[in-house]
Amino acid sequence: MSGIRIVESQLAPADAIYSQEIPAGEPWVHEILQGQIFRIVDLRGNQAVDTLFYNAHDYADRYSAQDTIREQRNIYLTTGTRLISTHGTVLLTITADTCGRHDTLGGACANESNMVRYAIDKRHMHACRSSFLKGLIEWGRGMEKRDIASNINFFMNVPVTPEGKLTFEDGISDPGKYVEMRAETDVLAAISNCPQLNNPCNAYDPTPVQVLIWNAAEN
Amino acid sequence: MNDTSVLWEETVQGGATWSHVLKRGTALRITDSEGGANAGALFYNFECPVERYNMPDTLKAQHAARLTAGLVLYSDMGRVLCSVTEDTVGWHDPIGGCSNAAMVRAKYGEGRYQDCRNAWHKNALDSFLVELGKWGLGPRDLAPNVNFFSRVTVADDGGMQFEPGNSPPGGAVELRAEMNVLVILNTSQHPLDPNPKYAPKPVQLSLRRVPAPGPSDPCRLSRPENERGFILTERYFL
Repeated sequence: MSGIRIVESQLAPADAIYSQEIPAGEPWVHEILQGQIFRIVDLRGNQAVDTLFYNAHDYADRYSAQDTIREQRNIYLTTGTRLISTHGTVLLTITADTCGRHDTLGGACANESNMVRYAIDKRHMHACRSSFLKGLIEWGRGMEKRDIASNINFFMNVPVTPEGKLTFEDGISDPGKYVEMRAETDVLAAISNCPQLNNPCNAYDPTPVQVLIWNAAEN
Repeated sequence: MNDTSVLWEETVQGGATWSHVLKRGTALRITDSEGGANAGALFYNFECPVERYNMPDTLKAQHAARLTAGLVLYSDMGRVLCSVTEDTVGWHDPIGGCSNAAMVRAKYGEGRYQDCRNAWHKNALDSFLVELGKWGLGPRDLAPNVNFFSRVTVADDGGMQFEPGNSPPGGAVELRAEMNVLVILNTSQHPLDPNPKYAPKPVQLSLRRVPAPGPSDPCRLSRPENERGFILTERYFL
């Protein structure tokens, strides 16, 4: 595939100050401080990691897919991408990426969107936006449904054709691939490790991912 | 119900903001009277505004990264807010987002009200937030917007390109409200518009009453997903 750039990290997992495995179908909400490095590892390959970011000091200032792709004039997220908020804040910068391409147009699955996309009797199936809501409600601090804004789908491949068609292509991730980013301000991260069973985004087998955090490098 | 005469007409000046609750069973026609306009738009379920236009759900349900006749605007609750029932332009941008104060200052220079009066340099983000405020909504209610009349294409490598000249004078798009929809419009220039001058164009609005979408409605039948979307929307009103 053209234009895919692989950039590895020099950081050792043994030096991380935080490491957590997130099972499929579960939320994870955590603060990442300015300068810290945040890594998401696709442990078993082609797992969709739906992710929201907020300015930790103002949750109204949150990750914006439209602002992020427009400012870099490219719909794919990879090394060098600045994750930009609705208010123009650079929340994080992607510093390493062994997958090479991540989606931010495909959104997060919901009970309701599953009913539209697949069948009305799919309402009962677990979905990302239920996990987001659970994670945000448990985080508290007034967070609620309207805080579920546009998200990133790490490790997903959703190309757009020159004719304006949105397509869903096979994943380009593999077991052990990771993406790493530096927090440019204090951020709150909310992940839904996607439980989708109706399409091949997770190869019909949602699997765990790992998140790690390193402290800011000392000068 | 067969009276489809125009209920009212209105001009939205370039760089201006407008909002209205489109009632189910009416259709809003937006006309780019001079050509080259951009109409940024946000959509909410008026009865429960936490239900709102969802860009990814709209794109992935219809496998589209552009909007045109036959497609619909989905809320995050699996319902159809509006259908695009007519379109003479062929491409409206759902991914480019909106301009902000820093961008407008960098592109067009300082343009304060103090010096320019009502020709002052407005931007879409601040305009959206002010108009949302009038309905009791705030920055947390801001969602991705549509840009009617503008076209942004995506190359194989993911590169985004604004295509000037997309909308000719008289280009028009019609939105049929399938719910009671709070629509917020702003006619600031598209954030990727390469024109170095601050020159936002007006749009003409007209509202008319339209029949409910029947079993063979083109928007309903354009995709199996939309048939289900219409069923879920109709159930909401039962």
